[in-house]
Amino acid sequence: MNDMTLMDKTVDTQKIKIAAKDVNVYYGDTHAIKDVNVEIEDNTVTAFIGPSGCGKSTFLRCLNRMNDTISTCKVKGDILLDGEDIYDKRVDPVQLRAKVGMVFQKPNPFPKSIYDNVAYGPRIHGLAKNKAELDEIVEKSLRRGAIWDEVKDRLDAPGTGLSGGQQQRLCIARAVATEPEVLLMDEPCSALDPIATAQVEELIDELRSQYSVVIVTHSMQQAARVSQKTAFFHLGSLVEFGHTGTIFTNPEDPRTESYITGRIG
Amino acid sequence: MPTFWLVALLLALSAAGYFGGRRRAIASAAGNVKDLHSLPSYYGYHVALAAFVPAIAALAIWLLVQPMFIESRVSGMIPAEAVPENSTIGLVMSDVRRVAEGLDLAVEQGLLTAREARNVAGGEQDIRALMGEVGVALGDDVRPEVLNASQAYRNLSNTGRAAMTAVVALLSLGGFAWAYSRIHKDFRARNVVERAVLALLIMAASLAILTTIGIVLSMLFETKNFFGLHSWTDFFFGSTWAPNFRGGSELSILPLLWGTLYISFIALLVAVPVGLFAAVYLSEYASGAVRSFAKPLLEILAGIPTIVYGLFALLTVGPALASLFAKGGFLGVEWMAGATSVLTAGLVMGIMLIPFVSSLSDDIINAVPQALRDGSLGLGATKSETVRQVVMPAALPGIVGAVLLAASRAIGETMIVVMGAGAIAKFSANPLESMTTITTRIVSQLTGDTDFASPETLVAFALGLTLFVLTLGLNVLALYIVRKYREQYE
Repeated sequence: MNDMTLMDKTVDTQKIKIAAKDVNVYYGDTHAIKDVNVEIEDNTVTAFIGPSGCGKSTFLRCLNRMNDTISTCKVKGDILLDGEDIYDKRVDPVQLRAKVGMVFQKPNPFPKSIYDNVAYGPRIHGLAKNKAELDEIVEKSLRRGAIWDEVKDRLDAPGTGLSGGQQQRLCIARAVATEPEVLLMDEPCSALDPIATAQVEELIDELRSQYSVVIVTHSMQQAARVSQKTAFFHLGSLVEFGHTGTIFTNPEDPRTESYITGRIG
Repeated sequence: MPTFWLVALLLALSAAGYFGGRRRAIASAAGNVKDLHSLPSYYGYHVALAAFVPAIAALAIWLLVQPMFIESRVSGMIPAEAVPENSTIGLVMSDVRRVAEGLDLAVEQGLLTAREARNVAGGEQDIRALMGEVGVALGDDVRPEVLNASQAYRNLSNTGRAAMTAVVALLSLGGFAWAYSRIHKDFRARNVVERAVLALLIMAASLAILTTIGIVLSMLFETKNFFGLHSWTDFFFGSTWAPNFRGGSELSILPLLWGTLYISFIALLVAVPVGLFAAVYLSEYASGAVRSFAKPLLEILAGIPTIVYGLFALLTVGPALASLFAKGGFLGVEWMAGATSVLTAGLVMGIMLIPFVSSLSDDIINAVPQALRDGSLGLGATKSETVRQVVMPAALPGIVGAVLLAASRAIGETMIVVMGAGAIAKFSANPLESMTTITTRIVSQLTGDTDFASPETLVAFALGLTLFVLTLGLNVLALYIVRKYREQYE
């Protein structure tokens, strides 16, 4: 995929999965996110791009309430998942995170076997009635993580012994195993070499058929390659949001154009 | 010259060496500091070190060797018949030293002139009275052999000290001159000083190791003596601990080892869960404010001297347990005879070990990468599921190491068991009975009037060595486990 074909990408309008309305985030006195409004569609890869410190990772972590673990962080505004406010008092953040899975910047397999890494989520949420069912979930998830063929003979080996790219795909398989509806990815390829990056990107494209994927990336090529929608963040504000093809070839805002052409960032 | 002034002289010489060396270095570069190989102060340090280090080393060695040398020379002068009955050559020699010391003091205080002191002879003066005047108390009148020996002692000491002064001063001056003459603008003073620093560091490191080796060796020799007097099968495999200073003791380590391990086990039973839970709370749940206040508070517990814990055992925990289990207690049972018991000592020792376990475990839990916690939380795990299933397994090897270190402290602990556990050596599984440990028996075998040639005393060294081997083994195991764990993340 290159820039020339961007405009030809099929962009079907999908149902809205996550809607953020006037979201503001504060770390103590710092105003990290300012009035962000964005609508994330189902079965779509949405990329968040922008210079370092622009708030894209912070915003991503709001979508599954991972910011709750930081005591100084305050979130204002509404974030609706399937029309329900995830910051409502009745919502259990733990349940929410099972629905909105997350893959982190650095591969972080648990110091357990490959099998136990993938089985971790299903075990916690009681998704399998017996061992056979669990085996099935693990295999299905590892296949979906495009790593089954590489690890099927050594499921008892420690997950930390895999290569960086394999570890990241294991983490994706682990996130997929809890059957989330949305998959958040915070710079999933920044610690990987180009070959592993290509594998993970291919995987992201496949995941789109079942999930809504949100990916934060520093690489504009990556955003252009994997996403259908792109949001450009700058200094805590959402500057522009639209079809990836439009953003990269015909941006409306001069700041977006400057960033994409490498003049700011 | 007194040693103090000698050291002062050395310091003065090396200070002069510093400034002299510096000036000469600058002069050799014709005032242009940039031409020098090293900064001027390095040349100064070079001369100062050369003037000070060999001389002070010689001084230290001389001070150690001279008394031994003089002692052996003088004790050779005392004929065997001059040693009174029921006394030893050692006691006579200590009289000799005290008379010599007394004469020196008398000269110092002006009671005698130096010449008079050299010519003091038993008949003319009452030496014992004279000694009394300068504050040296003697048990008997001074016999002529002792007086002669002490005069010889004084002579040898004076000669030795003069020789020492000369040698040390010469060494210092020699070092000064040698180093001073080497100074030239191309001389690599910086590298020389660097090597001197390296030598200093190596010396400091080897001192600790040599001391350990020395301690082990001294215990080994005494233990060997013990096994020469007492059968090793009784020590390791006997079943009774019954020392008897009239001879015929049964000295088996097993009842003591049982008491030690039993008390340590109870202590760990208290310390490990409480310490671990405290560590989990502090590192995973507590807010910054609570943590900054509770962690130091917990660590204060570690700073309390163990004798204070002993008092706590003796005055609070022991009576409290007795009021429950002893005759006339709340439970109406008669399981406990007095306030001292395995449980008393074990509980208090457990309290002592809580901060030890918790602060080590806290460090280990904090070392678990945040990414692992995020990963688990991001999968929809609760905080306690994350702690139980991700953080603890990752930290487990380190925690095992911490527990083993705590165990080796418990085994070596003395004061709490002296005051809380009692003094009866026996095999019993009842935690409410008094028992005793290896450490308390070492104390009791070595305190009071002791004769260092009887097995009853020497057994203390055999016990000490066994204890040392035991705790060393635990520490090595703990370090091995902790090290293995470290490799997992780096």
